[in-house]
Amino acid sequence: MTPPVSEQTMEAPRPSVAEIKVETPFQRFRSDFFDSGVATAAFVVLGGIFFIAIFAPWISPQNPYDLAQVSVMDSKLPPGEKSMTGMVFYLGTDGAGRDLLSAMFYGLRISLGVGVMSGVIAMCIGATIGLVAAYFGGRTDTLIMRIVDIQLSFPAILVALILLALLGKGVDKIIVALVVVQWAYYARTVRGSALVERNKEYIEAATCLALDHKRILFRHLLPNCLPPLIVVGTIQTAHAISLEATLSFLGVGLPVSEPSLGLLIANGFDYMLSHKYWISFFPGIALLITIVSINLVGDQLRDVLNPRLQR
Amino acid sequence: MTVFIIRRIMQSAIVVLVMSFLVFGGVNLVGDPVEMMVSDEADQEERERVIRSMGLDKPWYVQYGLFVTNALQGDLGKSFVYGEPALQLIVQKIPATFELALAALLMAVVIGIPLGVFSGLKPETRTSKVIMAGSILGFSLPTFWVGLMFIMVFAVMLGWLPSTGRGETVPLMGLSVSFLTLDGLSHLLMPAVNLALFKISLVIRLARAGTREVVHQDYIKFARAKGLSTRRIIFVHLMKNILIPVVTVLGLEFGGLIAFSVVTETVFAWPGMGKLIIDSINGLDRPVIVAYLMIIVLIFVIINLVVDVLYSILDPRVRLQDVKS
Repeated sequence: MTPPVSEQTMEAPRPSVAEIKVETPFQRFRSDFFDSGVATAAFVVLGGIFFIAIFAPWISPQNPYDLAQVSVMDSKLPPGEKSMTGMVFYLGTDGAGRDLLSAMFYGLRISLGVGVMSGVIAMCIGATIGLVAAYFGGRTDTLIMRIVDIQLSFPAILVALILLALLGKGVDKIIVALVVVQWAYYARTVRGSALVERNKEYIEAATCLALDHKRILFRHLLPNCLPPLIVVGTIQTAHAISLEATLSFLGVGLPVSEPSLGLLIANGFDYMLSHKYWISFFPGIALLITIVSINLVGDQLRDVLNPRLQR
Repeated sequence: MTVFIIRRIMQSAIVVLVMSFLVFGGVNLVGDPVEMMVSDEADQEERERVIRSMGLDKPWYVQYGLFVTNALQGDLGKSFVYGEPALQLIVQKIPATFELALAALLMAVVIGIPLGVFSGLKPETRTSKVIMAGSILGFSLPTFWVGLMFIMVFAVMLGWLPSTGRGETVPLMGLSVSFLTLDGLSHLLMPAVNLALFKISLVIRLARAGTREVVHQDYIKFARAKGLSTRRIIFVHLMKNILIPVVTVLGLEFGGLIAFSVVTETVFAWPGMGKLIIDSINGLDRPVIVAYLMIIVLIFVIINLVVDVLYSILDPRVRLQDVKS
């Protein structure tokens, strides 16, 4: 039982050992994480963003890509105007008469989908390669880390641009490009922590039990390398979303049939010079909120999961 | 030292080789190379000529050899859009891109260091907290969107600055540059700040971290005890010592500026390499794409080589470790 929180317990020295043991690691993690107000707020905002992205078709005021619901007569209306049928466009409409708010909900869905998907695939590939490098060491390690170093010496946007110039547009292609850009970060992170873990006794014990390499790598080594991997994963997903928006804005990322936030901003660019700011402005704000909240959650995760900072 | 440089040059050569394979493979595997290298309007004679000059009737390794030979001779095909040799087209655009990148680098130093040093000297003040919050924002803001907002506010709403192009240029040592004319400067300002935004945040953080470390050192205390003015302590004793990491990182980041100029150049219609490649990708001007890819890889390999060598001169541990492995 934890004592009721009062002014005195807040000031009291650290709780006794018996009390700590009552808390499971996950509970401790949770209470540490929500210690910071900023991180809690970012977490809530991020939850809201994911909710919007997942349920976009059900909560949007209109389906912006259903031609029956969109009228060109409503195009380029400023925020707050009403449509011909009386619907209110809270954030205005874009050049084709689509409700900008709905278009942003759908765009968020594509942006987040591409970002998360490429992050997960890159994490699986990169983590495996990093584990292999650390576990086998020697020449395998030298070769893999040389490739990682060389790739990281080129800026991400350049690598993605080269790939997309060769591959062409498309959702699958941009995911491939983002995976190629990101895997090296995961590989380096996992290798770093796996090198430390490899020399610990439980790995020695597992080796003595003659478990096969695959089992040692994924059942023993990997779970102990997870905390830094999760932190890098969060930050990298934010990068991936930003990079996808940039590439789509440049016209080399997603095709026009998959309008992510970056494409919405690009569409608004043409109208901006005639003072119709909202078409580019609001999708940009949505992108900014998404990236900042992911970064804030990632920063807090780093602090909480770092064993050196553990209280 | 010589061993280290030779190893690094060999490694760079391998990277260029792999890249030429990738570009060659990309052009050949993804689509029909004749379609890739000949414009749709070309007549039969032109097609035959290209097929012969690329040796498409020969096995792939002969073709690859021809591609490399042609590339080494500076022949990477003609642009469909401009009708000029692709290589020449890109080389013409390099000065504009470098001018933008250097202006952004200067901006990062001129804005970033004072703000970083200030927030490092007085970390508890409100101004410092605003600076640090600003630098977090600088890391998170998507560059292209900030560029758009700059155009909206300063060009469309206020009408203070022009939003596109390079403005009036004057020749300087055979290159045309913008920064020597007032008109050119006004065109350069927004793109340079936009490109520098990320690096400004980086420099603020580096300068702040450096300052906080250095102010507690004995030599600063001694300088105070000696009765030197605060100004002299900050500008001579402190500045010299925080500049080392800042200069190192900025050198490393120069390549990043050139890469990111693709975005800024597209937003501000700055006529550099980056805008050219985006226009070429959108216009399917494939010879220019191929030429750009080879040149940008070469530029990067050279930048990385120079940084590595300089680094090994500054920090001997790097080269000793490398020779050992």
